[in-house]
Amino acid sequence: MLKKTLLAASTAFALTGGAALAAAGESHINDYDFSFEGPFGAYDEQQLQRGLQVYTEVCSACHGMKFVPLRTLGDEGGPNLPDDQVRAYAEFWEVYDDEIEDWRAAKPTDHFPASSLANAPDLSLMAKARAGFHGPYGTGISQLFNGIGGPEYIASLLTGYTGEEKEEAGVILYENTAMPGNWIAMAPPIGDGYVEFADGAPNDQEAIAKDVAAFLMWTAEPKMMARKEAGLTAVIFLSVLTVLLYLTNKRIWAPIKARAKKGDTPAE
Amino acid sequence: MSGIPHDHYEPKTGAAKWLDQRLPIVGLLHSALTIPTPRNLNWMWIWGIVLTFTLALQIITGIVLVMHYTPSADAAFASVEHIMRNVNGGHMLRYLHANGASLFFVAVYLHIFRSLFYGSYKSPREVTWIIGMLIYLLMMGTAFMGYVLPWGQMSFWGATVITGLFGAIPFIGEGIQTWLLGGPAVDNATLTRFFSLHYLFPFIITGLVIVHIWAFHTTGNNNPTGVEVRRTSKAEAEKDTLPFWPYFVMKDLFALGLIMVVFFAIVGFMPNYLGHPDNYIEANPLATPAHIVPEWYFLPFYAILRAFDGDVWAVQIVSFLSFGIIDAKFFGVLAMFGAIAVMALAPWLDTSSVRSGQYRPMFKWWFYLLCVDFMVLMWVGAMPAEGIYPYIALLGSAYWFGYFLVILPLLGVIEKPLEPAETIEADFKAHYGKSDDAMDGSVATPAE
Repeated sequence: MLKKTLLAASTAFALTGGAALAAAGESHINDYDFSFEGPFGAYDEQQLQRGLQVYTEVCSACHGMKFVPLRTLGDEGGPNLPDDQVRAYAEFWEVYDDEIEDWRAAKPTDHFPASSLANAPDLSLMAKARAGFHGPYGTGISQLFNGIGGPEYIASLLTGYTGEEKEEAGVILYENTAMPGNWIAMAPPIGDGYVEFADGAPNDQEAIAKDVAAFLMWTAEPKMMARKEAGLTAVIFLSVLTVLLYLTNKRIWAPIKARAKKGDTPAE
Repeated sequence: MSGIPHDHYEPKTGAAKWLDQRLPIVGLLHSALTIPTPRNLNWMWIWGIVLTFTLALQIITGIVLVMHYTPSADAAFASVEHIMRNVNGGHMLRYLHANGASLFFVAVYLHIFRSLFYGSYKSPREVTWIIGMLIYLLMMGTAFMGYVLPWGQMSFWGATVITGLFGAIPFIGEGIQTWLLGGPAVDNATLTRFFSLHYLFPFIITGLVIVHIWAFHTTGNNNPTGVEVRRTSKAEAEKDTLPFWPYFVMKDLFALGLIMVVFFAIVGFMPNYLGHPDNYIEANPLATPAHIVPEWYFLPFYAILRAFDGDVWAVQIVSFLSFGIIDAKFFGVLAMFGAIAVMALAPWLDTSSVRSGQYRPMFKWWFYLLCVDFMVLMWVGAMPAEGIYPYIALLGSAYWFGYFLVILPLLGVIEKPLEPAETIEADFKAHYGKSDDAMDGSVATPAE
């Protein structure tokens, strides 16, 4: 599963504005394999559901996902929860309703709450906002097969703590090999066995990190399956069309070229 | 429409005659579609169609996106996410539109460099060239303002940096910058005016494209030999040309199909390849990204902008002579716009009597070097302005200006060009007479 390829992603970050790297250490991103990589890759429903559990039990203590509607948890090509489970899950959250000017239990039509901690970034788009290896500057074309590296970055960050701490201006910073600059304000959020999965899936630190990283890729790009399908359909149909156009073009030009070859006057 | 002798539309039915007397639109379309086109055009002559198609693609996807987008600093970012998540097919629309901009610039650069190699800008096609340059400028403005609309971090800070360039103009700069932004800094007022102009510019571009086509339909297409179509009689013209329909329409459509396969593969499988991760973070005026990098298609000119800092002696001399009015920052801005200006002046800077680069043994190499220079500038534009990169950028910028201001004028004097093909007909025959397995109408395609 894990290629364990350590990508020197520092260049990618220096170029793509990952963070102020100039003075600080390099960031190392593990190139984990995810089921949704490559043109034919698809989300693993079970993994997304486990990731949702990790998000709910761990991440959501501080982070939010204000752009993600709760109802999309029932979407095909996503976690694909049954309607009643989506409703039940939604009620787990409290949202502030402007109309009744009070808090109430969330409905599927509501979004996930925003971050409860001011310094905790919103996670809705995190997998696209922190590309581990990116675009033409990073490992380039590998994006076609490996994705943009966002989930790799997230999983690497969650497993990248060295155990070192330091205090800076009253804030405790933790050393992390994936974080650009190598110091992060977030305390190590997960460890082995922090979350129990109902399906009995492995719950060591790395497995949990990968599950939640996959889930966050889905929250960032919920229509990935539809997009790849549309892309594939378009490529197939356009390829057929292109072949037909090639043959048409060849046929139209054939007499013109034949005459030119003989050296005839190419009058019409 | 065309100065090349050819058959004209004759209305046959009563209704057609009735319309033709009142509005000769059918004749106009007929003339545009059957225009005699040099039969030896190679595969570098397909980019016009690709560009026209892309313009239509951008306008159509853009119009639909506007139906769901909210141009306000508070709601823009969320409305883009709304498009990505809730609008039917919205994610495809947006990715098509975003990557369509890249396709647009790939095509326009190949189109421009085609013209630079085959001398398409030279008399009598200077007006076509100048209009093309105007279109290119408007494209850059449109793309820049469009990139601001999602209101991500790179949108916001890109807008801050680029509008800051206008602030570098002496005396009136600050006023212009405030006027452009609608306030002292990038804010809601900036977003709404950029949105308005981003919607307007494509239609101005459309108008200019029609004039662009009109202009080269008047002069006739250039072609790889640079030799003009013979116009003394229709019979002779027909030896050099073929009607646009169906010969070139089918050829262009085939090429477009091939390009669309690649384009849809990128949109479907790696739509964020050319984007920037920071733009998936909502704009935050309090947090500056570590590196503000423009989109790839601006990089060569961004490199030229940054190349001229206060350490360059040319900058110091100019600054001294202008009593400090032209400082390093303003010099950089002048250089960036100057780089496009010298390109626009190519018809008057190129003194060679021969049009096509095919017959110019020395020019060829300088041209290839210009292509390399363009790529190097693009690469260095993405690098941080430290270490060796500023020197490379300076060298690249110097060559860009040197090519247009020194090499092009000088080559016409010192270079001894080869004898061009006598006629287009002869070139076409020579090409197909030689080899059996030659590809459709293609001559060796030049780099870029």
